[in-house]
Amino acid sequence: MKNDPGPTAPVLSVRGLSVRFRMRGGRHIAAVADAHFDLAAGECLALVGESGCGKSVLASALLGLLPGNARTSGSALLDDGTDLLGLGERSLARTVRGRRIGLVPQSPAAHLTPVRTVRAQLEETLRELTGARRPALRPAAEQAAARASFPAGHLDRYPHELSGGLAQRAATALALIGDAPLLLADEPTTGLDRELVERTVDELRRHADGGRALLIITHDLAAAERIADRVAVMYAGRIVELADAERFFGEPGPRHPYARGLLDALPERAFVPIPGMPPELGALPEGCAFAARCGRADDRCSVPPPFDGALACHHGVRADGEEPVHA
Amino acid sequence: MLELTRITAGYDRRDPVVREVSLSLAPGESLGLLGPSGCGKSTLARVAALLHRPYAGTVVLDGEPVRGWRHRAPRAQRTAVGVVFQQPRLSADPRLTLRELIAQPLRATGRRSEVADRVAGLAPAVGLTPELLGRRPHEVSDGQLQRACLARALVLRPRWLICDEMTAMLDASTTAALVAVVESYRRESGAGLLAVGHDRVLLERWCDRTVGWQECSGPGAPQESMSPTG
Repeated sequence: MKNDPGPTAPVLSVRGLSVRFRMRGGRHIAAVADAHFDLAAGECLALVGESGCGKSVLASALLGLLPGNARTSGSALLDDGTDLLGLGERSLARTVRGRRIGLVPQSPAAHLTPVRTVRAQLEETLRELTGARRPALRPAAEQAAARASFPAGHLDRYPHELSGGLAQRAATALALIGDAPLLLADEPTTGLDRELVERTVDELRRHADGGRALLIITHDLAAAERIADRVAVMYAGRIVELADAERFFGEPGPRHPYARGLLDALPERAFVPIPGMPPELGALPEGCAFAARCGRADDRCSVPPPFDGALACHHGVRADGEEPVHA
Repeated sequence: MLELTRITAGYDRRDPVVREVSLSLAPGESLGLLGPSGCGKSTLARVAALLHRPYAGTVVLDGEPVRGWRHRAPRAQRTAVGVVFQQPRLSADPRLTLRELIAQPLRATGRRSEVADRVAGLAPAVGLTPELLGRRPHEVSDGQLQRACLARALVLRPRWLICDEMTAMLDASTTAALVAVVESYRRESGAGLLAVGHDRVLLERWCDRTVGWQECSGPGAPQESMSPTG
């Protein structure tokens, strides 16, 4: 692990990452197509989008946790040039998961082992990742719990005896043990109430401020607004907008019509849904995948819009909401 | 009216989760019940939906006191209440197609003949295409499955609708879409709504009035629970 990855060396650099699932009858499902983004130390990138848009598949691809019928292409480089997509299961298990990438899982209650106490799970992870042995193990486990604000008094409880918030912290504590420079949080706030969501994301933010890179995958826009430096909006397997979080949630707001629709659906804004539903990943239209639900759709939308690093939309709406006039 | 008076309920008689909670709902009214994780609001929702027998207290549905819960509830009372739960995956039989799922309440009450009409009317209202109706739960997203669960709750045209964290698993656009479906059903049918949740912004935007869990709980209610369920 490098101690000083400056802004010039992103912790994670994803280039043209695509994931396709081979289905029965020779069909293919393009769950992620041509994703590009960089993530620097101390930075938090929120990947947002509707359920089923491919966000979690992207996370699984980075950790090599895809099922056998998945094919990946492109690259996902760590700061020393290791390509995550090219690594075998053995190296992923021994050198990457937990050590270079910590995973904060979607449903901690399902991620924790139900028949063992939180203490036992922390101690096991410490033994594996740091080589700690008794008698140092016990205080190390308590220290690891404290880093994720897990109360020491609850260490001897089993996962089913924990509330949703405490289970989330136990899972975060496990993810932090290997001191991985990259944290990947896949829907860490699903099913938690607002107060717990805020506490959970504030804690994750604290770990990013401590110098880690954080990729948070969420459909909760309020959580993304609270935590993120940059936002990537995913639709039907493609990143359609990548923007600075402050500009995205505040003024002048998002540029892609889909991203605008997502924000307008919030109860604190217009509370108006985007008409229709996202297309099936196995039957994507030829052109822009959002065209069928888009108020701006026209002839140009019959070809897929290229992603220019910030936006994938033919209309290229400017920050002031106006579309540039074409000659 | 749907009136719950001094309801005490839970899973252990010595330590009930819900203690002496009272609330009432007028026809056509929408009430949001706000509470943190594990406070017992879902248990109360189950009592109101006639799915969980309380230890003490009374439930009066349209002037008629409720004497039996679950299968012991008379059909007329059972079918007057529609319920949507938080997790569509746990509340949908994985063997049924979405069409069968939506039609199930009609079949269970001996109204098979209405299936074709009602499903054909409800599916476009909740945004399900004929192609989606033929799929089983594992072949659709959480949002699509919750649309089917909402249609199932509306298929018997209930006078009361209980939504227990209906949108907690869903993205912003699907949330707004499902709330719009509920509201259009209520406008057209005059049904009352009890929406239970933890999202203050959402419930205040959605409902006529909202109450906090503490305001409707009796004395001796626990301040915070360590219960693992949300």
